[in-house]
Amino acid sequence: MLGWAIALHGGGGDIPIDLPDELRIPRETALRHCLDLGVSALKSGKHPLDVTELVVRELENHPYFNAGKGSVLTAQGTVEMEASIMDGKTKRCGAVSGLTTVVNPVSLARLVMEKTPHIYLAFDAAEAFARAHGVETAESTYFITPENIARLKQAKEFNRVQLDYTAPTPKEPEIRGDSQIGTVGCVAVDSAGNLAAATSTGGYVNKMAGRIGDSPLIGAGTYANHLCAVSATGKGEYIIRATMAREVAALMEYKGLSLSEAAAYAVEQSGPRGTCGLVAVSANGEVAMPYNTNGMFRACATEDGFTEVAIWPKN
Amino acid sequence: MVGWAIALHGGAGDIPIDLPDERRIPRETALRHCLDLGVSALKSGKHPLDVTELVVRELENHPDFNAGKGSVLTAQGTVEMEASIMDGKTKRCGAVSGLTTVVNPISVARLVMEKTPHIYLGFDGAEAFARAHGVETVESSHFITPENIARLKQAKEFNRVQLDYTAPTPKLPEVSGDSQIGTVGCVAVDSAGNLASATSTGGYVNKMVGRIGDTPVIGAGTYANHLCAVSATGKGEYIIRATVAREVAALMEYKGLSLTEAAAYAVEQSGPRGCCGLVAVSANGEVAMPYNTTGMFRACATEDGYTEIAIWPKN
Repeated sequence: MLGWAIALHGGGGDIPIDLPDELRIPRETALRHCLDLGVSALKSGKHPLDVTELVVRELENHPYFNAGKGSVLTAQGTVEMEASIMDGKTKRCGAVSGLTTVVNPVSLARLVMEKTPHIYLAFDAAEAFARAHGVETAESTYFITPENIARLKQAKEFNRVQLDYTAPTPKEPEIRGDSQIGTVGCVAVDSAGNLAAATSTGGYVNKMAGRIGDSPLIGAGTYANHLCAVSATGKGEYIIRATMAREVAALMEYKGLSLSEAAAYAVEQSGPRGTCGLVAVSANGEVAMPYNTNGMFRACATEDGFTEVAIWPKN
Repeated sequence: MVGWAIALHGGAGDIPIDLPDERRIPRETALRHCLDLGVSALKSGKHPLDVTELVVRELENHPDFNAGKGSVLTAQGTVEMEASIMDGKTKRCGAVSGLTTVVNPISVARLVMEKTPHIYLGFDGAEAFARAHGVETVESSHFITPENIARLKQAKEFNRVQLDYTAPTPKLPEVSGDSQIGTVGCVAVDSAGNLASATSTGGYVNKMVGRIGDTPVIGAGTYANHLCAVSATGKGEYIIRATVAREVAALMEYKGLSLTEAAAYAVEQSGPRGCCGLVAVSANGEVAMPYNTTGMFRACATEDGYTEIAIWPKN
């Protein structure tokens, strides 16, 4: 099966089946919209690097996903965004962390890849680099949504209760069923076998200022080589330990597993239930979207006409 | 062969064979000293996490290696240090970037692993965390050495010449023959098969402020699992793209290669000659120290009495 393929996610997590319509429908609509954008771009011959960047920009701009606008808040009530992008054929990559005013972190990651001799820039210097290149920036109020202010409050309250009652490791509370461990990402392959992956996030709600997760780490949250492109989502610490995105490619390359087998195995081995998910495409135009959480906001399409927009397992 | 083993490095690079005695001897002496410290610690039953941390602390304190005191300088003449540490059995890990006043970055990386729910802290957040835990800090003048001021000056001059003459990708000049792409690291295994890896660096001379290299990226500069522990050194961008440290383990696990084969292959595949080296130990007490640069400051010892301290290939 050769042809283009694209997959994208808006985060995996404990998304309950009874998610109210007013929360579910805008997200499904956004996923469908981003999928259509990505498919059009692929059909018009755009390189997967361009495709994944534009899809992730769209997801960053959408306030309901944990990236760009709508990023979860640090313990200090601020946003600290990070992203990375990787080109499969050349393995060139770019990553950024600690962004506070850049509207589209994934585009800054791409600029680092294309305009510097380095791969990864962070915090003040990344912000300065953004300004030096005229990248669009906004006041922090642009990124901060009422839902995330509420999430932070709830997380802090939860920690206080946790300290008082010494309960066993509790499940993080959900605000009306929304997943708190989101990230956004996109992977794509064109009919020439060019592969790319891009991931972006606001990180972990109530995280320590300066905490870096898996999204900007090449091999953990993002990876692409000549075989596949992968973007991960979930609890960053598990994904880093498991070098999850790289794992999919290593299993294909060194154990000869198919994309589906490698992707499923990587998720299974990365941590206990409820910790992670990923989207992946292969050079052959296949797609895989495994996750061990209750749900994962996801969408995919392949040249032969298959298309899917989903949140929970299909039964 | 099952027993303890330890290997450490002080950086791989273009270390010319005619390195003057006054530069070679202090480094060889330091490598021997650090090896002895590590071997004593292993013999006294210390866990490899403790062993690798103490050896890397010693290398950070030595002004002739590019980590801690003696770190190379950023384009702005400052130091920005990073480090990571990983435990093979549990895959717990810790990493820090952007440190400017912490005397021993590797110890802060370990604190992140042990005292926070996170893996990686960067820049202001990392410095604040260090202070909150009473970690030893000093004025940045402590870290800056005359050799590194000279290296930065030379690198900037070289860039100016480069712009004027549009030469093909040139080799960066060496100051008195010292490698500019150093890092320090240590890997160790005890007779119970516990593995650990630790790496620390000042980064790349004349790097953009805020540039993060391979050293704090789990899977790139540092990795340990139940099979092996790896610490890499060299040009960070190549090591990140190739996920070098993880590669060694993946080749052993999925392709059944021995430590020696896997380590050699990982270095060979990471990029052109002159880009990297690594030290690695296996759960079985084997050691490998491959590099594709002119030399690599290195030392190793195994329980059966083998010991080696070297800079260039043994011929």
